Amino acid sequence: MTPEVSTPSTVPDAPAASFTNALKRFFSFENRFLAPMLITIILLVGQLTFGFLESYWKTGLAIAVAMLIELALGRLFFGKFPHLASAYISGISVGILVRSPAIWPYALCSAISITSKYVLRVKGRHIWNPSNFGICAMLFLAPFTVASLSIQWGNTIWPMLIVWTLGSIIIYRLNRFHICLTYVVSFIIFAAVRGFITGHPFLAEVAPITGPMYQLFVFFMITDPRTTVNSKRGQVIVAFCVALMEMILRLNETVHAPYYALFIVGPTANLIEMWWKSRH
Amino acid sequence: MQNRIARILLIIFFIALLATPLIIKRLNARNETTRSSANPAIALSRYGFNFEESSKSAGINFTHQAPTFDGKLDHIMPQVAVVGAAVSVVDFDRDGWNDFYITNSGEGSKNALFRNQGNGNFKDVAGDVGLADLNNRDIGVSMGAVWGDYDNDGYEDLFLYRWGRPELFHNDGGKKFTSATENAGLPPWVNAGTAIWFDYDRDGKLDLFIGGYYSEKVNLWQLADTKMMPESFEYANNGGRKYLYRNLGDGKFEEVGEKLGLRSNRWAFAAVAADLRGTGYPDLFIANDYGVSELFFNDGGRRFREAGGETGVGYSPKSGMNASIGDVLNRGHFAIYVSNISEEGILLQGNNLWVPREGTSGDGIKFDNLARDLGIELGKWSFGAQFGDLNNDGHLDLYLVNGYISADRHRSYWYDFSKVAGGNRTIISDAKNWPPMDGRSLAGYQQKRVWINDGAGKFNDVAQAVGVTDVYDGRSVALADFGNRGVLDAVTANQRGPALYYRNTINPLNKWIAFELEGATSNRSAIGAQVRVFWNGQSQVQEVSGGSGFCAQNQRRLHFGLGRQAQVEKVEIRWPSGKIQTLTGPELNKVHRLKEVA
Repeated sequence: MTPEVSTPSTVPDAPAASFTNALKRFFSFENRFLAPMLITIILLVGQLTFGFLESYWKTGLAIAVAMLIELALGRLFFGKFPHLASAYISGISVGILVRSPAIWPYALCSAISITSKYVLRVKGRHIWNPSNFGICAMLFLAPFTVASLSIQWGNTIWPMLIVWTLGSIIIYRLNRFHICLTYVVSFIIFAAVRGFITGHPFLAEVAPITGPMYQLFVFFMITDPRTTVNSKRGQVIVAFCVALMEMILRLNETVHAPYYALFIVGPTANLIEMWWKSRH
Repeated sequence: MQNRIARILLIIFFIALLATPLIIKRLNARNETTRSSANPAIALSRYGFNFEESSKSAGINFTHQAPTFDGKLDHIMPQVAVVGAAVSVVDFDRDGWNDFYITNSGEGSKNALFRNQGNGNFKDVAGDVGLADLNNRDIGVSMGAVWGDYDNDGYEDLFLYRWGRPELFHNDGGKKFTSATENAGLPPWVNAGTAIWFDYDRDGKLDLFIGGYYSEKVNLWQLADTKMMPESFEYANNGGRKYLYRNLGDGKFEEVGEKLGLRSNRWAFAAVAADLRGTGYPDLFIANDYGVSELFFNDGGRRFREAGGETGVGYSPKSGMNASIGDVLNRGHFAIYVSNISEEGILLQGNNLWVPREGTSGDGIKFDNLARDLGIELGKWSFGAQFGDLNNDGHLDLYLVNGYISADRHRSYWYDFSKVAGGNRTIISDAKNWPPMDGRSLAGYQQKRVWINDGAGKFNDVAQAVGVTDVYDGRSVALADFGNRGVLDAVTANQRGPALYYRNTINPLNKWIAFELEGATSNRSAIGAQVRVFWNGQSQVQEVSGGSGFCAQNQRRLHFGLGRQAQVEKVEIRWPSGKIQTLTGPELNKVHRLKEVA
């Protein structure tokens, strides 16, 4: 569920000639600190404007556990200490999205998220977004003490604007805006379909996507480069399928429908892509 | 080979991680099982008390009815008409026995005043004294009532708050009640969520706080439009205003809330006043639905200053539905208990117990939420709660009622509720956008919590074991010694359900002491008086309250359990006027009736 920016293969040699160039380079695919910085800003905006965290400790714990396990497993299985940007994002995602009065779920969710990357691999590639897997596991296995962020970000326009602006910048630079657009358009169409089926007001069906939590989901989760398919057309189809699966789950009154939809569709799409590539 | 072993170990580690929640759940379930077998004898020997629901045998026959508002709200009516069952304890006729008043909310329904006959039976005398027929769409319907002797004539008067016109009743010698509303200068319409009596300026006359829930501009029977819902589930500021009515004497009151700094349009659902900083002046704590709690410091009765942020109670917005205070750690400081919503896998706000941080006091006081550490965090969709020593062991226990809407057991509204609750303000604030409830339950049929304090920093839920087994939609709970036995009984008011009377039986070896105070220079109800009991090297403080919990009021009498080998060294009474009175070596197992020396 985290936007894990791929490791760059090359780094531009030329020094920045101007402020514009520096800015462009900053907002570039090569800047592997960009996504961690953005999600940190979102966390801070949420906390400083709404005080939405139960405590800094829980979020800090989630981040620390994610990074420590990443270091340990990376060293053990790949012989080197990995870059921690991905683990940091996983940890901070867990810290934001998991809601629990207890402390241990934050540590456990981070541990499951990172470990899943090393266990659930097919042909050397992990197929689940780590924090999506971790959060789904917690929601499924520990509902007695775990829920997910749903309403705690307020309902005003400002958090939405911040996430939309920041999200749009990074997603556009990462050339993945088509994924977000497809998902949002699909969601709205399926909201109308759900409204038609259930007889509920259209605005009630659209309501979830107007909450800031959904903006996180749209910009930072379904776009994860490591766990989405490679082709642009494939990505559009997968985004559409996530929205479709979500509609099916919502019609069955599944509260955490988007998480579960991504959990089901994401790895399925990856496996199909691998199978397709192996045949061609 | 080495890699393979490492991989196997990694898989085992991963499986262990996934299994952890299941192991924790199983361990928790094992602990619960040991406390769930209901057997009075076992409960008495193990926990020192046992409740028996005795409403029928005691002659209490009351069922709450909910109102029916504007037809535009039909599709979510149970969610709007969701409160109004309230209970407040009083000895209205000064016969030495605690009576209680319970509100109804259906149009045409009647409130009840159960007079304690002194023989274990109660009789509804509301009709005889003029406090029954008080609910209709023109004046609104009852949401709660609080007792306070506003004219210091020795008889407790009644303030009734509605979603509608608030009303003040003068107690005419314990025989009749007459409306004193017109002369009082109260507002014409308040959709009140809470009200309490307290003497904020310590002038010896009780003042009145009223907290609005829906905006006072809304008449729920005649809606101009459907945009009357909260603008946010946790950051709403479109609720009702706050009123502070200063008692001028002669039955007249003056609204001073705005002028003194009580400016808030949050959705107030509960309030409690107590001297939290040791200044002698009562501070005001408000638990708000759809938002953070507010703590107003009382600066010498001259102004109120919101200190929620600086004290720590004003962060992490939840759905506050209760405010009660108790010296839960016997440290001489009040903790504040706020109830919220906890639904497995969906919404886990957790209840809050705001405990003063060690080493902080006065204006620098800070509070930490210790609800989880003490084990009183998860109470489902929680409403009213009260502290009281239920087994007289010397430690305050906690009785909590819960449950939101119990309808069709097999169909839940949670999904639709959560769908809209997370939406933008333009969607959530308009009732017409909410999906129809269609007879579905929302957090219904919930088991109550009776948490006993082990004195070592932990509370354990023993509700099922001690006989509290009802699953009605509890709103309000009040604790009182109805039998003058030195035992706290409980009365609960349930939305669309019966009033329940839980008669308590306790281990008689535990000792107790109780105090009934009457002010002279201070307000005659002695609301705001603090009693501190020192025994066996420890102390506990309690304060006479003009309303606490959710739409509730406990008995005026302060009851202290003391445990078995109790030796009370001294008792210190601090009257609202500031006078200190000390008793040394008071007699135990006795109600001490004390008058302030003028």
